[in-house]
Amino acid sequence: MLTVQEIMETVKMVQEEHLDIRTITMGISLRDCADADPRAACDKIYEKITRLAGNLVSVGESIAREYGLPIVNKRISVTPISIVAECSRADHYMLFAETMDRAAAEVGVNFIGGFSALVHKGITGGDSKLLATIPAALAGTERVCASVNVATTKAGINMDAVALMGRIIKDTAGRTADRDGLGCAKLVVFANVPEDNPFMAGAFHGIGEPEVVINVGISGPGVVKRAVERLNGADFGALAETIKKTAFKITRMGELVGRTAAERLGMPFGIVDISLAPTPAVGDSVAEILEAMGLERCGTHGTTAALALLNDAVKKGGAMASSYVGGLSGAFIPVSEDAGMIRAVEENALHLDKLEAMTCVCSVGLDMVAVPGDTSADTISAIIADEMAIGVINQKTTAVRIIPAPGKKVGDYVEFGGLLGRAPVMLVHPFSASIFIARGGRIPAPIHSLSN
Amino acid sequence: MKYLNLDQNPGNRVIVTVIGPDRVGIIAGVTGIMAENNVNILDISQTIMQEFLVMVLIGDMGKSTTDLLELKDRLNAKGTALGIRIDAQHEDAFKFMHRL
Repeated sequence: MLTVQEIMETVKMVQEEHLDIRTITMGISLRDCADADPRAACDKIYEKITRLAGNLVSVGESIAREYGLPIVNKRISVTPISIVAECSRADHYMLFAETMDRAAAEVGVNFIGGFSALVHKGITGGDSKLLATIPAALAGTERVCASVNVATTKAGINMDAVALMGRIIKDTAGRTADRDGLGCAKLVVFANVPEDNPFMAGAFHGIGEPEVVINVGISGPGVVKRAVERLNGADFGALAETIKKTAFKITRMGELVGRTAAERLGMPFGIVDISLAPTPAVGDSVAEILEAMGLERCGTHGTTAALALLNDAVKKGGAMASSYVGGLSGAFIPVSEDAGMIRAVEENALHLDKLEAMTCVCSVGLDMVAVPGDTSADTISAIIADEMAIGVINQKTTAVRIIPAPGKKVGDYVEFGGLLGRAPVMLVHPFSASIFIARGGRIPAPIHSLSN
Repeated sequence: MKYLNLDQNPGNRVIVTVIGPDRVGIIAGVTGIMAENNVNILDISQTIMQEFLVMVLIGDMGKSTTDLLELKDRLNAKGTALGIRIDAQHEDAFKFMHRL
């Protein structure tokens, strides 16, 4: 029994408020593809991905049409390649990146994640080769996404890896200078990385995951924004309650799509990632939700509190709507992918420091942030270190996806197009952190890691 | 508040939504396509929201001669011809969101 009002509420969410499922991501274990001969390993990888994911796009598209709910992306995540390739005799892993790219193209997905390494405590031989290949892999392939976990609450922060990532990001930007440093938009540095995240660029298929799994990432900032707008003048209790109920409804759609996709593909259903993922479309913005709560511009005083309320209410509502919640689960604040965030930066309301504060209370971190092309590798490493410290101390995931845009200065723009959007170049502090970063070693795990 | 009849043949029903300016022939157009494809109409409800006609039909696909995606395409095309928006979605999209 449903009412016309309920049916029209759902229709309106899709037609007017940009409700969509952001991604169905198939996680595939490649552990059985390891081989001493890199070419043989890559043949196995290509065969396995194309065999398992061959129907992913068509199944996703038919579900989208039957339920009348757009499914924006169909994607693939794989076991970190540093693990799969480690026993091979290859000196570098370019062949593996090219194989991932080719397999993704063959099955028709726009991104494949898992050119990854987990180096939070130290770097192995395979990790080292993978890290060295990242700039070439991101410049030389179209669909491959890379991620590196450099810190956990249990292990502390691998500052050698943080220092290295600063240089890798600079190198990647340089090699993709003709595209505003696009390669860096496909590279995420993490603390406490989740192993079942369906969202790119940070998705990979964790080592505790099954052979193959279907994970779903939801979206829906536009729906939450409209719900908040209707609550003019209501107190915070009412605000949180409304966001919770809205998140519940959005998450139910993710649960439905995930379960249906898993059933049709004959694979286990993993998790729903209850994240509010914005797009560059006007009205589909997390920043605009915060502004609808009563802030003149995102980034002004009060923004962190507003985001904390939003993030918590989304989790509470979403957790009740799905049997398995995982991934990043929270509000995303990528600058280039959110029209409200872009405007806030343009109007000088939002700076890198406030953005960093916001990452303390939401799901990810400094995401899709463009900085001047002459920003040094050490400064980028220091920005990463700050973000990792927030994650490690607060026992949460944090990440950095930063683009030192070649040849650009503050006030310029980088243009990536599509879902990656466009970003105004933001100011970084001019004072050096080089001596700090050069120390090397590992920042020990915090006292509260001793929880056993 | 009127509840739409969703008690018969659960699991194989389609919810057709029609939104647009009222005009002659909308019901005839929608139900004509459903009849052509042997989709039995279980319930119809219509109302006016902000000057727009809003109509919801529940169809039983059990004996339909087509599948949901094909029906959806035909209804979409009819909607375009009539200058209104007609969509067809599986009932689960609504039940999952609004009912536990």
